[in-house]
Amino acid sequence: MANLRDLSNVACIVGVDESDEMGTLPHKSQLSLHVEAVTNAVRDAGLKISDIDGIFTAGQHSPATIGEALGVMPRYVDGTTVGGCSFIIMVGHAVAALHHGLCDVAVISHGESGRSQVGVSPRRDTAIPGQFEAPFGFGPAPTMFGLITTRHMHRYGTTLEQWAQVAVSTRQWAALNPKALRREPITVADVLKARPVVWPFTVLNICLVTDAGGAVVLTRADRAKDCAKKPVYVRGLGEGAEHVSLTQMKDLTFSEATRISGEKAFRMAGVGPGDFQHIMLYDAFTSGPPIMLESLGLAKRGEGVRFFDEGRSTPGGSLPINTNGGGLSYTHTGMYGIFPIIEAARQLRGECGPRQVPNLRTSLVNGMGGMLSAAGTLVLSNER
Amino acid sequence: MEIDRPLPNPMTPEAKPFWDGLREEKLMLPKCQACGHVFWYPRVACPKCHTRGIGWIQASGRGTLHAFEVGYQAFNKAFKVEPPYVLAMIELAEGPRMLSNLINVEADPRTLKCDMPVEVVFSKLTDEVTLPLFQPAGR
Repeated sequence: MANLRDLSNVACIVGVDESDEMGTLPHKSQLSLHVEAVTNAVRDAGLKISDIDGIFTAGQHSPATIGEALGVMPRYVDGTTVGGCSFIIMVGHAVAALHHGLCDVAVISHGESGRSQVGVSPRRDTAIPGQFEAPFGFGPAPTMFGLITTRHMHRYGTTLEQWAQVAVSTRQWAALNPKALRREPITVADVLKARPVVWPFTVLNICLVTDAGGAVVLTRADRAKDCAKKPVYVRGLGEGAEHVSLTQMKDLTFSEATRISGEKAFRMAGVGPGDFQHIMLYDAFTSGPPIMLESLGLAKRGEGVRFFDEGRSTPGGSLPINTNGGGLSYTHTGMYGIFPIIEAARQLRGECGPRQVPNLRTSLVNGMGGMLSAAGTLVLSNER
Repeated sequence: MEIDRPLPNPMTPEAKPFWDGLREEKLMLPKCQACGHVFWYPRVACPKCHTRGIGWIQASGRGTLHAFEVGYQAFNKAFKVEPPYVLAMIELAEGPRMLSNLINVEADPRTLKCDMPVEVVFSKLTDEVTLPLFQPAGR
């Protein structure tokens, strides 16, 4: 009989890092962003590239391409692509593979030329979006996530000012992160009067579009002790998928994928919604994190915004959220999911300087794929 | 008349009765012949009871504005409708939701309301393609 708890704490994140540069990088291809991130993360772990025997990546490159570029022949590959949270989900897949000895050193790699589009070629099934979405003007994510947002406003009375507070809180963290792209302070009024893109979003409600890479290295807990940095234990993991087309989402104001993913991760970790001192949530839009808090059961339905407008989420607040500055202000390549994992690991190691969350033991990472369509959740801890 | 928006591409075989119906100003929806579930978008097995055998019904064309956005720019080069325009998710009286535009209305978020009643308007683009757009009911 399989027991979820068997996977708790069996593997650790031992290396994390970004590409050498992040931002607008027309001089670098996507593949270079992968290779930079992986080599940096492997160095962070105190390992060698030749130690890698499991390769995980999502998006346009297959894990075979990453192996080839690195000069590694993996004995385990995973290319699960369900949107930006795929990298969070892959931590779970890597834990399972490591536990069963299918690989010994797993690397999860992300590289995306989201802004400069160097070496990018879209390859997706267009039957549904090309037929039933594009003729009406729908296309990129803001034209979809706005529907989720207006429905939430209608149902719960959430306001534009409350969504704006998410951007303000996240920017306060970005100001403390030298790697963040946008660090100048903003106010709720700034967010409201910024360039309107698609109501209810002004441009400051929407994530950045950047070029960057990121990578995460994992190994089994016994081996993690020999790595360079303090191990970060994967205590709980979960994933879920509800829909792809927004018309198929059961309730626009609540992510079933996130609920499924969170419940599994919390059960495996033996934690409840109140057990976290630090939270990383995928913030492609200001309305995303509050709805995730509600779907994870950390906030009552309709009340996720209170974490932000009451100051809990900000520097010095009781429950810091998105301490790297998030997709809204730090970086967002398109598939952002690797970056919240990197930040959580750095926070749990105590490496974050002015933005370090004090007395941190347990961190929650939750990401979405598509329009709250898929989800991945991690419970990470610096103690076993 | 100049076509001001991207034509549906591809038009899949599964959706042929939908596009055929629109040319005759009928809004057709797939319906499971086993369990009676009316659903959107067209597919070969029922997403509720998972049996094969899908028929089609003509929808009433009535529904509500389930959620909306106001576009202040085009998000697709081929979409030339003058902004601001209303991007809409319509909940049809028969149950399913589809994406469309709300037209014949001021694109003003202060006056648009979720759940307001709407009705279909057929918009012929070419001899092949007629799109189902929506307007406030009883206009």
